[in-house]
Amino acid sequence: MDRRDFLKQTITIVAGAAIPATALEFVNPRTLFAAHGSDVKWVFLADTQKCVGCGFCVKACKLENEVPYDANVSRTWVERYVICKDGKMRVEGNMANPGFGINADSPKGGRDGFTTPKIDIGEGKLVEIKEEDISKAFFVPKLCNQCDNPPCVQVCPVGATYKTGDGVVLVDRSWCIGCGYCVMGCPYGVRFFHPIYKVAEKCNFCYHRITKGLKTACVQSCPFGARQIGNLKDPNDPVTRTVMTGRVGILKSEYGTKPQVYYLALDREVR
Amino acid sequence: MSHVWRPLFVALALVAGILIFRSFYVPKDFGIGEAGYMYGWHNPNNEKFWKDIKVKYKGSTYCKDCHGKNFTSIRNTPHAIIPCENCHGPGTDHPEKIAKLTIDINRLLCLRCHAVLKYPNSDRGKIRGIDPATHQDPNVECVTCHDPHNPNLGALKKSQQRFPVYEREPMGAQGKGSGR
Repeated sequence: MDRRDFLKQTITIVAGAAIPATALEFVNPRTLFAAHGSDVKWVFLADTQKCVGCGFCVKACKLENEVPYDANVSRTWVERYVICKDGKMRVEGNMANPGFGINADSPKGGRDGFTTPKIDIGEGKLVEIKEEDISKAFFVPKLCNQCDNPPCVQVCPVGATYKTGDGVVLVDRSWCIGCGYCVMGCPYGVRFFHPIYKVAEKCNFCYHRITKGLKTACVQSCPFGARQIGNLKDPNDPVTRTVMTGRVGILKSEYGTKPQVYYLALDREVR
Repeated sequence: MSHVWRPLFVALALVAGILIFRSFYVPKDFGIGEAGYMYGWHNPNNEKFWKDIKVKYKGSTYCKDCHGKNFTSIRNTPHAIIPCENCHGPGTDHPEKIAKLTIDINRLLCLRCHAVLKYPNSDRGKIRGIDPATHQDPNVECVTCHDPHNPNLGALKKSQQRFPVYEREPMGAQGKGSGR
């Protein structure tokens, strides 16, 4: 070993040892449960088995939160995944569907539900997948994860987006300069520009409803109980119990964002 | 004094100018919120802005007092799980400002759940559905034959009716007829 190699390896080892163990931990709801401070911590639970892709949640969200109904943006949306027995894609990757090796679509964000077995690949084109070829098929509701380490907040250069004490990430419309860093920074793609106010817009768990003791519009309009919201600080809350003791998954855990939207029956194909 | 120092004074004047502008422009209560320095830096007035947004979806219990008959009749059917406002629209300003809500009777509304999709990993596969292309006349609304408040297929087949079995609750009967 010469001096160069010695120094190189020393630097690598020291740098590796300097990473705290907590940086490698993806998410642990128990640490949040036990954290001091606010006695409310909003947490969301979505069940991909119960979701039937009716899209009533998307419709209710758009009307409740005054997101223009026909604009191709939404605070929440529903994705459909169809995985074939031969593992092959029937959908070619394109702009509307980047193609992760899976057949997935979300026409109009699922606002009008899924009324055809054909997969929407954008530009008005549909691809048919035969019933006998399907190995797995299901719907996944998506919304803001209200991350405990929100990357969108960290990148905001003006302090226009922030986390409240009860764990919801909000956007200050009067303070946002529309730079779009947060839109790019969110790994889940939940942020967009509001077509009317021209500032960053996102799901905020219907902050005007949950602070009044109501459920979010999407939770209330879901006939199947596929969406639930609860208070992680309340040990008797059914959502808290499921998050603590059930088999729940989170999206993109490798980003270390600590999302607060938990999924039941989550499949590894879901991104 | 040497001219060498002049750029320093210009820089100091700029910094002072920006700090003065900042002290006027940034609201006084702007600061660290409950979530800490890293993620909680904000103007607390904005929390109030979001809390004050108007609630539009009132929930089915809001409908109960005036539309008690329909509210109770649907309870014993498979459609009991569907909130009133999903089909009738959000109850904002009803009945004060908006006398009549627009009911969505479009075929596409029913197809959200009842277009058959045999998906093995979703409860959608368990819902009784139809093929929208072949089931009856695609131009006719579902409510022509089916009563959304009592989706009983047995009764429908027996009667062979081809006229609207779905009757609206008469406006005059509200309150009295609701069985409260």
